Amino acid sequence: METILDVRNLKKHFPIRKGLWRRKRGDVRAVDGVDFQCGAGETLGLAGESGCGKTTLGRCVLKAIPPTDGDIFFGAERVNLSPLDRREMRPYRHRMQMVFQDPNSSLNPRMTVSDIVGEPLRVNGLARGSELEDRVAGLLADVGLNAGDMRRYPHAFSGGQRQRIGIARALSLRPELIIADEPVSALDVSVQSQILNLLALLKDRMGLSYIFITHDLSVLQHISDRVAIMYLGRIVETGPAEQVYHHPLHPYTEALISAVPVADPVVQKKRARIALTGDVPDPASPPKGCHFHPRCRHATDLCRESEPELKSYPGGVKAACHYSDTLSLQGI
Amino acid sequence: MTRRGDTMTTADHAQTATVQDSGYLSYRTLIWRRFRKNRMGIAAAAVLSLFYFAALFAGSFSPYDHNEIRIQVRYLPPQDLHFDWSGGFYVNGLTSTQNPVTLELEYETDPSRRYPVRFLSRDGGGAFRLIHSEGPMYLLGTDRMGRDLLSRMIHGGRVSLTVGIIGVFLSLILGSVLGTLSGYFGGWIDHTLQRIVEILASFPPIPLWMALGAALPAGWTSIETYLGITIILSIISWGGLAREVRGKVLVFREQDYTTAARSAGAGHWYIISRHLLPGCYSHIIVVATLAIPGMILGETALSFLGLGIRPPMTSWGVLLEEAQRVTVLLNHPWLLFPAAPVLVVVIAFNFLGDALRDAADPYS
Repeated sequence: METILDVRNLKKHFPIRKGLWRRKRGDVRAVDGVDFQCGAGETLGLAGESGCGKTTLGRCVLKAIPPTDGDIFFGAERVNLSPLDRREMRPYRHRMQMVFQDPNSSLNPRMTVSDIVGEPLRVNGLARGSELEDRVAGLLADVGLNAGDMRRYPHAFSGGQRQRIGIARALSLRPELIIADEPVSALDVSVQSQILNLLALLKDRMGLSYIFITHDLSVLQHISDRVAIMYLGRIVETGPAEQVYHHPLHPYTEALISAVPVADPVVQKKRARIALTGDVPDPASPPKGCHFHPRCRHATDLCRESEPELKSYPGGVKAACHYSDTLSLQGI
Repeated sequence: MTRRGDTMTTADHAQTATVQDSGYLSYRTLIWRRFRKNRMGIAAAAVLSLFYFAALFAGSFSPYDHNEIRIQVRYLPPQDLHFDWSGGFYVNGLTSTQNPVTLELEYETDPSRRYPVRFLSRDGGGAFRLIHSEGPMYLLGTDRMGRDLLSRMIHGGRVSLTVGIIGVFLSLILGSVLGTLSGYFGGWIDHTLQRIVEILASFPPIPLWMALGAALPAGWTSIETYLGITIILSIISWGGLAREVRGKVLVFREQDYTTAARSAGAGHWYIISRHLLPGCYSHIIVVATLAIPGMILGETALSFLGLGIRPPMTSWGVLLEEAQRVTVLLNHPWLLFPAAPVLVVVIAFNFLGDALRDAADPYS
């Protein structure tokens, strides 16, 4: 399969500055050496707890924030976006767009729907006047909104409708890749499924690829072809969704999956719920050895001392755990 | 959660039916609708409109020429207005005698002489006046040169009221431009500008005014001095506004809609003018309204100290300057009247600003 995005060793460190002269006192390693690929027409699910660097990773790929290090090869021509500046980025900007988590802060309350959805077209000088209106009306129809709603302001819409407006805006430049950052987390469960179905439909119709960022693995299960699990700025496990859900190879993945409800009550009853204790450690001073060891039930002295590499396992899965071969972890 | 082909749902359309009406209204309209409900705000706006209207048409609102010197009625106390069913409003004539000890004029009303008060008529000089009389209708008394205090107050309002508006307008431009630059670009620009604002804010204002006021060349005409004063006032007050704008810009810069615009390829200017400044407008208007009274008081204080507006131009501060000495206050307390409009206008602006803030910020 053709890859649309190939990310190599991507890093984003935020300097911590303190004192009068704002000297650098360390780094918050929000994203710390991440490799992943996303195939054309594929949905890659990116999961992890709050604060593990998912959102930062998404924004780095889009170059909404500049990455500290690493390469981002994009498109069929494999252009490295990482070293490009603002102006050089322009031709690639419209080929990757973002859908945001909070439908309130992602839509300017002072602009009408037609201004919001048409903004990317206007900014790039692609359409104006009545042509712009027609394109906006078409986009609204694509996401299941009435063209008659164009003159209204975002506050008149429900959360699900606002998310549709955000999706219409992302689609306006006919992108190849959409980075969806928790697109359904702020919505009611009933509305979540509508938005997920819409995203799936649009993907098939427009030949999109998604990078779908979420903390909720039950959402990812249904829509992603492959998943990547992040912990403290690194990918700890990645592979085909089915494989990872059924046979997780990393204890962190196991813990996340144990929180996914199963529809069958008999099965659900038998499953053990693995509660992680504590919080994600401070990314400014990560623990020695395996970053997950303070919260891992299987941790040994080896884990406390040496850091595991991301290694390949059968079934196309990669995991970063010393004991992936020996542990028998619970999936779905 | 299943994959269904059909994503069109009527469920989330129906949800908005009740708010259909408000969905089409712009932010500005919503603010105006909220503001209209605030009685204090409306009252303050009405009072201020009246003051500004009177200042604009000062020539017609004042009963007399504000610069005409009538030495024979100097330091005349406020006169009463009388009413008679046959002749309407009138004022009595006066006889004056000079006190041989103090050499001051002492007045006595002469009920036998009556001067009718005319409304909406032309005076002897041909000027149109709302209210006028040939007799001594000095409702708020006269000053040391026998000039009508009420007329002088109405004319003084021209300077005192506009100094606030023009001054705030200037500091608004300075404050928004520098505040936006500071908040949007950050880094060393932000650092430098914020230090400048801090230095301005920590300078004691009165000595700074005095220094700047004293620096205005004595040879300047009244209008030049007036502009000089407004510039001085705005140079001192832009810092606070710049800070407020910077704070707002910092918030809006991090909003997802700004990120969306940036990732669509929008330039700096587009983001600033479409996403950052419109968010600040309502806030800027509120801050500006609340800054006007400070400017008016500043002008009054400067002129009171003799460093601001100079005669023959007049302002409320200039008028109050005449009430500085204790002997004047003891013998001619009516010279303190010009403090009243300052008080009313400052309070009205504060009410108006509060009402605007309540209307502009639904979350407070």
